[in-house]
Amino acid sequence: MENIIISLKDAIVEFDGEQILKKINLDIIDKQFVTLLGPSGCGKTTTLRIIGGFQQMKSGSLYFNNKDITKLPPHKRQVNTVFQKYALFPHLNIYDNIAFGLKLKKLSDKEIKSRVQEVLELVNLIGFEKRSISSLSGGQQQRVAVARALVNRPKVLLLDEPLGALDLKLRKEMQIELKNIQQELEITFIYVTHDQEEALTMSDTVIVMNNGVIQQIGTPVDIYNEPENAFVADFIGDSNIIDGIMRKDFLVDFAGNSFTCVDSGFERDELVDVVIRPEDIKIVPQIQGAITGVVESVIFKGVHYEMIVDASGYKWKVQSTLHEEVGSLVGMNIEPMDIHIMHKMEC
Amino acid sequence: MKSRILAIPYIVWMIIFTVIPLGLVIFFAFTSQSGEFTLSNIIAMNDYLDVLFRSIEFSVIATIICLILGFPVAFLISRLARGKQGTMLMIVILPMWINFLLRTYAWMTLLEENGLINRFLGLFHLGPFNLINNSGAVILGMIYNYIPFMILPLYSVMTKIDGNVIEAAQDLGCSGFHIITKIIIPLSKQGISTGIITVFVPSVSTFIISRMLGGGTNDLIGDIIESQFLGNSYNPHLGSAMSLVLMVIVLLIMSLFNQFGSEEAVI
Ligand SMILES: Nc1ncnc2c1ncn2[C@@H]1O[C@H](COP(=O)(O)OP(=O)(O)OP(=O)(O)O)[C@@H](O)[C@H]1O
Ligand SMILES: [Mg+2]
Repeated sequence: MENIIISLKDAIVEFDGEQILKKINLDIIDKQFVTLLGPSGCGKTTTLRIIGGFQQMKSGSLYFNNKDITKLPPHKRQVNTVFQKYALFPHLNIYDNIAFGLKLKKLSDKEIKSRVQEVLELVNLIGFEKRSISSLSGGQQQRVAVARALVNRPKVLLLDEPLGALDLKLRKEMQIELKNIQQELEITFIYVTHDQEEALTMSDTVIVMNNGVIQQIGTPVDIYNEPENAFVADFIGDSNIIDGIMRKDFLVDFAGNSFTCVDSGFERDELVDVVIRPEDIKIVPQIQGAITGVVESVIFKGVHYEMIVDASGYKWKVQSTLHEEVGSLVGMNIEPMDIHIMHKMEC
Repeated sequence: MKSRILAIPYIVWMIIFTVIPLGLVIFFAFTSQSGEFTLSNIIAMNDYLDVLFRSIEFSVIATIICLILGFPVAFLISRLARGKQGTMLMIVILPMWINFLLRTYAWMTLLEENGLINRFLGLFHLGPFNLINNSGAVILGMIYNYIPFMILPLYSVMTKIDGNVIEAAQDLGCSGFHIITKIIIPLSKQGISTGIITVFVPSVSTFIISRMLGGGTNDLIGDIIESQFLGNSYNPHLGSAMSLVLMVIVLLIMSLFNQFGSEEAVI
């Protein structure tokens, strides 16, 4: 049985009478890399702030190793945070920023020095000790923020979009660095991002949120292959989401045709969302296709082409390594196991 | 070229309102009634050393109390929601719109032997206390008049302190006390030194307030200087000499203080 280090129960947060978190329940497994994923404003930072101790809940409770810490002030929690906007101390140099937490713990100068040195090495900032914060680039400030939190050897590290300000290349490098650090030090990471690719590549567990509600919790593979609803499907990778009718088990109608599928357990004639990934659609000659349409546009995306195919009004997104001429008539086929049927989201 | 032309009005202004008056003060300070050069005005300051020291002592005390009171007020205002900050600042500044003579008269009616405070305490068979015509009343008057000059510069630096930085300090283990000593004070240093100067300078040259609340036995150097120009002991030469000495002392204290301040920054 895996050990649950943090557990949030029925968390409700309100701002100005508006519910921002609507009864959130979360279990964080020890030593995992857990990602909170969701669009801007969905409540990721708020959730993290509850765990850090900066946000009071209207109701609900928070457990750390099965101990209720709902009322424990931030400075007594065994959790450290890397803030969304770094929040480095402008009046201290790099060394003193990183040593801040250790000095408060009254460790010996020698111990502080060696531990600061250790994390500086980890984040690749050796030689920057005496520099001022304002003389650093965004990426370097970022790494100081990570070092300042890590040096305290927290049980859990909270990271709020720590790579948001970096360019793509640096972001990729830092992703690998952070993942390595997490595995090396065996610390639980709770990582906030709205970048789905980042979430999928780094995490052991992904928690997808929208509008203050958790949509799905699972491994990256689960979340990608078996999204629980149309929101998750759409948010994790572009998807085609079409209205369909579930005729009976393993048979669904959409786009003017009947398709065999692998889903069952829906009501007879239930209205459903049908989700199909762009890369799962095969372009075939027009007469062989279950769906036919006109190629409207073709965009080269590096590894593949992305085509928009208009089939009697619905614009299908299709990814393929080959491409068709704009304006040509094509057929499209979908394998039964690539058709994902979901209950309509209640609005 | 253009920038020099633009500077002309400023230079003219400076000459008319700063350089010429300063020159006149120096000229008067070193001349006798008959216009000859003399040091006797400066030497005559000897008789007023006790007043001078009293002025410095009172204003140091007033400045320290302004700092102690103003610091938490400024910090609390800086943490309010944006809209409320404006209202609170208004309340701090509002008394300054009333003429200071009126404000000081108001204090007299409060502090007098038959004043409001003593009458109120009398209801409980307390007092009457001797609240006016002593050094405490003079210092109170200074604090009341000059505390906005402490709060405003403190507020203006504190409002720039990012709330996230305070949270980061808590996150790293700071209790309330350490947040003040390790984060807020260091980040407010500029406001603290500006506040100290803007309260100390007018305090040390205070006049009238001291006469109204001090009952004639707590006159400050400002009162003595005033009486050299407007009072019965008319002597602008002595008055100028006193002003000059006071100015030099203030400048010395300020430069000492600045030195001290920048040393503190290293720690
Ligand atoms: N102090 C506050 N007062 C009022 N509303 C707030 C406050 N803090 C957050 N909110 C609101 O709560 C909602 C969730 O905010 P939160 O910061 O948790 O979003 P987020 O998921 O972190 O978004 P982002 O990806 O943009 O950082 C937003 O609609 C935001 O406007
Ligand atoms: Mg956020």
